[in-house]
Order: sequence, then C-alpha cells, then structure tokens
Amino acid sequence: MAELSYPLGEHHRSEVRAQTGRTADELTVEAVRAGRVSAQDAAIDPQTLLRQADFAERGGNPQLAENLRRGAELATFADDDVLRFYDALRPGRSSAAELEEIATALAAGGANRCAALVREARTHYLRRGLIS
Amino acid sequence: MAIARNGRRSRGAVRSSPVEGTPGRSLRSAFLEDGAVSRDVVVPEYPELGLIAFASPHDPEPSIRVEDGRIVEIDGTPEAEFDLIDAFLAAHAIDPTVAEEAMGIDDLSWARMIVSTDVPRTDVLRLVEGATPGKLARVLSLLSPLELMQAMAKMRARRTPSIQGHVTNRIDHPLLIAADAASAVALGFRELETTVPVLRDAPLVALALLIGSQVPAPGALTQCAIEERLELELGMRGLTTYAETVSVYGTERVFLDGDDTPWSKAFLAASYASRGLKMRFTSGSGAEVLMGAAEGKSMLYLEARCLAVTRAAGSQGTQNGGIDGINVTGSVPNGMREILAENVLAALYGLETCTGNDTQMSASDIRRTAHTLPLLLAGSDFLFSGFGSIPTYDNAFGPSNFNAEDIDDYMMIQRDWGFEGALRSRDDATLLPLRRRAAEACRAVLEELELLTFDDAEVERVVHAHGSLDVAQEQTDDTATAGDAVIERGITALDVVRALAARGFDVEAERVLEMTRQRLFGDHLQTSAIFDEEMRVLSALTDPNDYTGPGTGYRVSPERQTEIARVRQERTHADLLAEQAPHAGCVTLQETGPAAAKVRPDEVVIGVSPAFAKEVWLTLSGVTVGEALRQLLAGIEEEGVHARVVRVTHSLDLGMVGWTAATLSGSGVALGIQGKGTSLIHRADLPVLANLELLSVAPLIGPEHFRALGRNAARHAKGGKPAPVILPESSAAMGPRYHAKVVALITRESACLEPGPARAVEVSWPS
Repeated sequence: MAELSYPLGEHHRSEVRAQTGRTADELTVEAVRAGRVSAQDAAIDPQTLLRQADFAERGGNPQLAENLRRGAELATFADDDVLRFYDALRPGRSSAAELEEIATALAAGGANRCAALVREARTHYLRRGLIS
Repeated sequence: MAIARNGRRSRGAVRSSPVEGTPGRSLRSAFLEDGAVSRDVVVPEYPELGLIAFASPHDPEPSIRVEDGRIVEIDGTPEAEFDLIDAFLAAHAIDPTVAEEAMGIDDLSWARMIVSTDVPRTDVLRLVEGATPGKLARVLSLLSPLELMQAMAKMRARRTPSIQGHVTNRIDHPLLIAADAASAVALGFRELETTVPVLRDAPLVALALLIGSQVPAPGALTQCAIEERLELELGMRGLTTYAETVSVYGTERVFLDGDDTPWSKAFLAASYASRGLKMRFTSGSGAEVLMGAAEGKSMLYLEARCLAVTRAAGSQGTQNGGIDGINVTGSVPNGMREILAENVLAALYGLETCTGNDTQMSASDIRRTAHTLPLLLAGSDFLFSGFGSIPTYDNAFGPSNFNAEDIDDYMMIQRDWGFEGALRSRDDATLLPLRRRAAEACRAVLEELELLTFDDAEVERVVHAHGSLDVAQEQTDDTATAGDAVIERGITALDVVRALAARGFDVEAERVLEMTRQRLFGDHLQTSAIFDEEMRVLSALTDPNDYTGPGTGYRVSPERQTEIARVRQERTHADLLAEQAPHAGCVTLQETGPAAAKVRPDEVVIGVSPAFAKEVWLTLSGVTVGEALRQLLAGIEEEGVHARVVRVTHSLDLGMVGWTAATLSGSGVALGIQGKGTSLIHRADLPVLANLELLSVAPLIGPEHFRALGRNAARHAKGGKPAPVILPESSAAMGPRYHAKVVALITRESACLEPGPARAVEVSWPS
C-alpha cells in the first residue's frame, strides 16, 4: 500500500484489508448470515491507520496523525486490554510502578508511542503528587 | 394586578376594565416583570468565581519561552510550576518552531488576520500551532459579533455544514428510538446522539438507534453518550459509530474531578482510533464554574485551554459552545459573544466544530433564538451538537435550544435567510412509512435476538407518536434486562446484520454492515468527516472550507434553495384562492352603464372595487362580499338615507374607490369597499387619500361592523358626527397570517382594472 489516496473506501475499496486479511468486499450480508464473518473481520488494520495518519499529517494536523499512529499500535491489542490500560491512566487508579508495568506491556506489544505516553503521564502524575 | 397574559407572551392582551397602578410601580413594569425573559436570572461579573466571559483580571499575561526547542514557560507559568494541562500542552500542543513568531504578533494584527479574507485559512492555522491559550483568548476578545461570524465562516474545517440531532425518550422505548431516528435522518440529520435515563438501557437504545438511523438513507453516524468506558465498549461492538462525550476541562482540579487527565483522554482518543471509530472531545464555558474551581479565570481563557488539550491529544474535533454550562455563560454580560468566540476558537485549532446550541439557554423564545442565529448564519461543521429532534419532554439530555416543537420555526428561518441549515421539510406521507419500517425492523431484530417483544398495536402507536406520552409501554426493567443481555452475550453489529437479514430487512442489513465495513477504511477518522446520503466522505480533506469572501466557500445550490423553500406553511395562490369559488354568485352586481352623478341630496353611494363580487367573493374575515354589501345597505337604510352602488374600475386603491363614489354622491358622502373587506367612509371635499373613517384590519371586520359603518356613513350624510366604529382589540400578528392572501386578492383586483368612469350597478341576491 505505497501510494494510496484518500478516501480509501472510495479509491481502494478492494485493496484495504482487515486484520484477518479479508477485504471489505468479502464482508457480505450472505457471509454474515452464514456465520462466516467474525468481529475481527471488521477490525481496522494497523497499516490502514498509518496511512490515515499520513493523510492527517499532510492535511496539517500532526497531533491527529500522532493519535492515529497510537491507534495503529493499539489496534492489535484485545478490547479488554485497551479498556484496562485506559482505566489505569485515570486519576487514582494506579501507582507509579503499575503505570511502568503498563508501559512495559505496551512496548512489548510494539506500542512504543503509547508506552511513551504512559511514561510521560507517570512523570507528571508523580510531579503533581497524583501518585507515588 | 389584573393584567392578562396569554400563553408564552402576548403583546397587548385584552382587558375588560381599567386597572389601577400601585404608586411607584407602573403597569408597564408589572407587565414586563411577568414576561418569560424575567424568569432568566442574570448576575453581575464575579471574576474571582470565573463568572466573567472575557478578560478576567486573573487571566495570565500571554507569554511563551522556548529553550533548546523545548517550551519552558506558558502564559507566565514556568515549567517547574506547570500543572497537568500546561505540561501536556508544552509536550504536545505548542510547536516550538512557530511559537516565537506567533506570540510576537500583536493582538490586533492577529485579530485582523483571523477575519481578513486576504489571509488564507491555512496561514492562520499554522500560526495557531505556536500560540498559547492566553494569547488566543485575548485576540478573540477583540472581535465584534459580526467579526466572529466572519471568522467562523472562514475558519471552520468543512465547507458543507451539517447538523446533529438528539434522539432520546424518557422511557428508553427502543421502537420509538428507531422510529424517531428514521424521522431525524429523513429531515437531514447526519449524526444522531442518544443517551439514557437508565444506564443499563444503553445497549438496547444504541442498537435501536443504529437500526433506525439507516432506514431512510445510509451513512448517518450514531452515538450513545454515557460513561466513558461503557461508551467505548458499545463502539467496539459496532453498536455506535462515533463518540462525543469525551470531556476535557480548563483547570487541573476540575479535570481530575471529571475522573480523567489529559493523558488518559489522549489514550482514550487512541483507543477509539484503534477500533476505527470516529470520536470528538467536548468542553464548554461554565463547566469549571459549575464545578467550583475556575481559579478566577475568564470563560474564554479556560475554554482555550480545553481546546488546546483537545488538539494536543489528537482529537479530530470538539463539541463546544457552552453545552451543559450554557446557562452559566448566559448569566454574565457578553455571554453569547463568548459562546461564539469559543466556536471560532475551535475552528482556529483546526478542529471539527460541533457547536452547541444543544441546551435551552432561556425561557424567552426571542433570547434563545438570538443565541443560535448568528452561528447558523455563519455556518459550522455541525450547527447543533444536538437539535432536539424529539419533544422537549422526551429529551434525556434536558431541553435543547431547539426541539421538535420548533422544527417548523427552524425551517422557516432557514427559508427566510437562505442559509444552509441542513434540514428539509418532510410530510407524513414520507415520514410515516419510514417510521413504520424502522419500528418493524427494530422489533424484528429484538425478537430475532430474543431480547424483547412488542405487539402490533404498540408498533402502530410508535409510528404515529409525537413522543413517548403517545405509546403504551412504560418504563420497566425489561429494557435494562435486555440491555444486560446485549453485553453478556457479546452482541455486536454483525448480530444485528444477521437478524435484519433473517427477517427480510435486506436494505437495512446491508447499510448497517456498510457502517461496519467503513471501520476498515478509517476515512471518517479524519477531521470533520461525515458520510453523505450516497456514502461519500465529506471531510476537511475531501471538502475543505475554501471561503475567501463573496462567491467562494459553501453556497446553497439552486436545487437546495428550492428544497429549503418548500415548507409546510407554503401555499400557492391557487391554494389561497380556493376558498373563493364556493361563494361565487352570493350576490349579483349587474352593470347598467356609466354611473349617474348626485341623484339626490339624501343619498350615500357605495363604491365597490374592480373585482368585488366579480372575481373576489369572500372577505378576509370570512364574511361573503354579498353579506358585507347587504349589511352596509341595511345600516344606511336604518338611518332613513338612500343608497346606490357603483363599481369603480379605474383604480383598486380604496381611497380612490371611496372618493370616486363620493364625487357621485348627492350628499358628498360615500362608502368604499374592496373585495377583501377593507372599507371606509369618504367625502368629496377631502383629499383622495384622506377619509372620515377607515376599517383597515379586514380580518376583524364582522357583519356588525359593516352595518355600523353603513349607519355612520348615513349619519355623516345627514350632517351628524357619529362615534367611529371600533374593531375589537387584537394583538395577533395579522400581517404574516393574511398578507399572502391579500397579495393574491389584490392580483385579482388588478386583473379587473379598466379605465373609464364608474359604472352603475343593480344589486340582487339569489333567492
């Protein structure tokens, strides 16, 4: 997917693949009725999110691009893990050590940007006395 | 105090007897104090509480300091003292390479760049990346309301405006949610937001909204505003397609009280992106005041911090402009200008603008309309972040600033101004089949998934309902239990697709599945993205706002103008004149040649207009022209005076009709009457445009008034000075109700114009 143009759904409908490798065209009502489609077939692929990040960057919004790159990292994490990580970052939920564990888990799953975000949070939570 | 008031507000209610005032207190004051707007309580500015729209004395002096490419001071706060918000902005929001340039521009030059059509939008966006919240708040405080509107038109991200609607009801009735979602989409709403009085109902309500939203057309986005974590979970299951209730605040304490930090919110934003879900943050002035920790800062300054966090966290957009705090902002001077400034600020940060107007800001219809109108005329990515598409009593968010009761008013305002209000009128012939389809599709899915059942009679009630008071279902635990089941059984949008298809709702199955497929592309994650009804993505990338002055930017197309014009209240002249035909022949005026002059001294001549009893048969009060003429003649006869009727054809002007008749009258006194019923008494020695007595408000002229006018004309003919005929008091708006019909009737009068002298007429009534 080197040179793709936005919107992907318009220009590259049959090329974009879900995490399972299936294309949107394969997600038919018949396939759903026959039980041949799983929730993962509707899961956006990290590569697609990275392409969207490029579009956002070119559109002049580096912060949105960064968010989409973090999203690309999280795309392959399970729903429950993502919800758990989010909860852990909320006020009063975690110790500094627990946040470091989460950062480590994220990095281990290839989510380096997200890990950096968690570590940055940890630094400032400590500095402001939110956690110890 | 016996001052009558009627309904919301009457201008000049009828009173039966004089009322005594109280010393020191006028009746006018008593009247005004009872007005709707007097129920709005406003306060002076209290800067220490944050009750100040712009420029609190406690707002910081804007500043920035960059060391080694790092931001080490923001708005007077050094790095060591950064709170969580400052630290997050320093790390993610402010571009150190632009900061010194952006902060070096003086406030007035900044303000002018924002408004000027000669400075491209993208140039302004680039500079904003280097500006602090304090700087931008100060710059926007310099703009007048008009300049803020201009800035909004120029700076918003998407060219084509859109609109979001609330779809909720007080009992979380899923079929009603589905039917109301269908109505909303048919009217033009492209995002639907719901919430629930009972949290456990949320999964079922979200599911119903999803189904109903895809019935009239594909592509409307749906949302269920609930607690952050559950909202994300519904999104992950595909039961919602975007999220908005991701709240951020302008002070650290309130941010923490809101149970989040800038980092947790940024992580949440990435979580939504990771599932291919659209998301926007929300903020709005007044929130920090309500939560008791505004730190003495102005509303616009705190909102600037919220929006900077929003941009820094990578949210594509924001819902702002008061929102839940609108009544706080509305209570201080310049509150509504601050709201518009917030909206402009969101656009300056390059964010999708979903611009409030979603909470009733006043008990006064005039005041709440005045809040919303400037933004409507300027345009926004979403004009409302929740127009109440359902009745006020059903709005689980609380009343919106515009509600289902106001839909026709909105359509009329849109028609008056020709702006893009993103809605269109739809009649029952269109809406009822869509509501039925939505209710039945939702019922089928609930049955197929063994969640809930509804009988045919309830579907029927839902289809025709104005709101939840019109259905039989009451709030029970069944909806919550079914909601629990959705969560426990892991039901997703794919189960909905399967159930729809199994029950023969193939079109809806395909559309719901397409919303799921779109998550694979992620195109709607870009700024200001929506799907139009052909599933084309409209976003800041495909449809960027290119306004640079007249002739540029979004323009309402001729086709759309036509659609906007077609409102429920529109009547063609054929419609307006249809009531005339049944009364044709109620009197016959046989013309017998030129009218004679001054036949006898004790006569009154009645001059009728060109189309009277020829093309016009019914006056505006509903009295036929035959009856009106009979009463005029009877009044004259009562006074023992003779009467003649002549038709004036060279003019339809009532003064000229009456005066022409007067010149033919032996007494010099005449009556003049037009087909619409307007009548006067004239005398030959007066100027044409003068008169002795005039009944100008035709809709109020009843038979007794025509008779009394005839009597008075006769008394004038006898040299008397009768008391004038007084029509009943009325404060009703006559102009808007009757003027279209007046124009149609005048067109008929005009068609009967012929030069030449007045004609003698023989009057006969059908036996």
